Amino acid sequence: MTSPGDTLVAVHATADSLQGSGAHGGEAGGNVFGELLHHLEDGNALETPFGHISLPQFVPVQIGGLSIDMSITKHVAFLWIAAAIVLVVVTVAVRRNARRDVPTGLGNLVETLAVFIRDQIVLPNLGTRGIAYMPYFLTTFFFILTANLLGLIPYGASATGNVSVTAGLAAVAFVMIQAGAIRAQGLGHYLAHLTGGVHWALWPIMIPIEILSLFTKPFALCIRLFANMTAGHVVILSLIGLIFIFRSYLIAVAPVVFSLGIYLLELFVVVLQAYIFTVLTAMFMGLGMQSEGHEERTHDSDHPHHQ
Amino acid sequence: MESVGLGYLAAGIGAALAVIGGGLGIGKLAAAAMEASGRQPEVAGQVRTSMIIAAALIEGVTFFALAICIILATK
Repeated sequence: MTSPGDTLVAVHATADSLQGSGAHGGEAGGNVFGELLHHLEDGNALETPFGHISLPQFVPVQIGGLSIDMSITKHVAFLWIAAAIVLVVVTVAVRRNARRDVPTGLGNLVETLAVFIRDQIVLPNLGTRGIAYMPYFLTTFFFILTANLLGLIPYGASATGNVSVTAGLAAVAFVMIQAGAIRAQGLGHYLAHLTGGVHWALWPIMIPIEILSLFTKPFALCIRLFANMTAGHVVILSLIGLIFIFRSYLIAVAPVVFSLGIYLLELFVVVLQAYIFTVLTAMFMGLGMQSEGHEERTHDSDHPHHQ
Repeated sequence: MESVGLGYLAAGIGAALAVIGGGLGIGKLAAAAMEASGRQPEVAGQVRTSMIIAAALIEGVTFFALAICIILATK
């Protein structure tokens, strides 16, 4: 995923490629777009101010007919960086909070976010049962937030702009939603719920639809996070790309100003998407935990506080 | 070559249509939410939360369409 800082690299590369094809003015637009998309893709090297750092490559492992490439890519590296940052920052904050009565600084920030997740996301959707799942929601929120933010620093990349990463997060959410539902209702009720509470003659239609609806929710979570993170970067890169299409200093002012605006919007979107992912997971889990029949479920979801 | 051009055209028109739909949806949603919190300012916080959630769901559907457009444009 390309950040505005990364854009500098993109700009150099684009300038070079335009120099090469200077005679073919008509192809400039296509070149710019190609270069931009190249910087949105995963790669085998980390970009730093001092040049590229190559990441280790492994020979693909053959399992059955599948060949699985376990090489470390740019997004995998940033996934680990995000995990390390979350681990260090939250551990430090919790240690500091344990030492004093009133949290200050970093501890205060982490505590505010944690209390927000408990009071605004988990308790309204899951009730007091949800406290048992707090570690999962807190981890999801802080990890997605950090991974998203890493894409906004120079030379950074947001791992959540890779559909495989968001698919992994959604798979974890899927397991948690189903596990929460089975634990709250018992396996029998959970399976009975799949029939939708209709007459048995309609089961052949109802059961496939209910099973499908189990999968569409996490799938939407996956696509939403991925598309949101990608879209902002594409807009910024496209605005910067305008400079190279028009090749004019006068035109350059507007794209720089606009891309700064989009960058600030991105800062908001990054936090919002981490919130949305967490709140929707909590909501789906809450829906799965309640009741047997659909009648009761829709009724309850109007009053999520009465649990 | 002509089919590649048509692919780009489809991606452009598709993206525009998807954004029109999503924009209308979120616009109606925001209008209703504003009206609701204007009538009952004491529940403005709850209205805002459910507005953001509903907006995210609409946005998700729009992004399905936009992802298809990106696939078309980069083929």
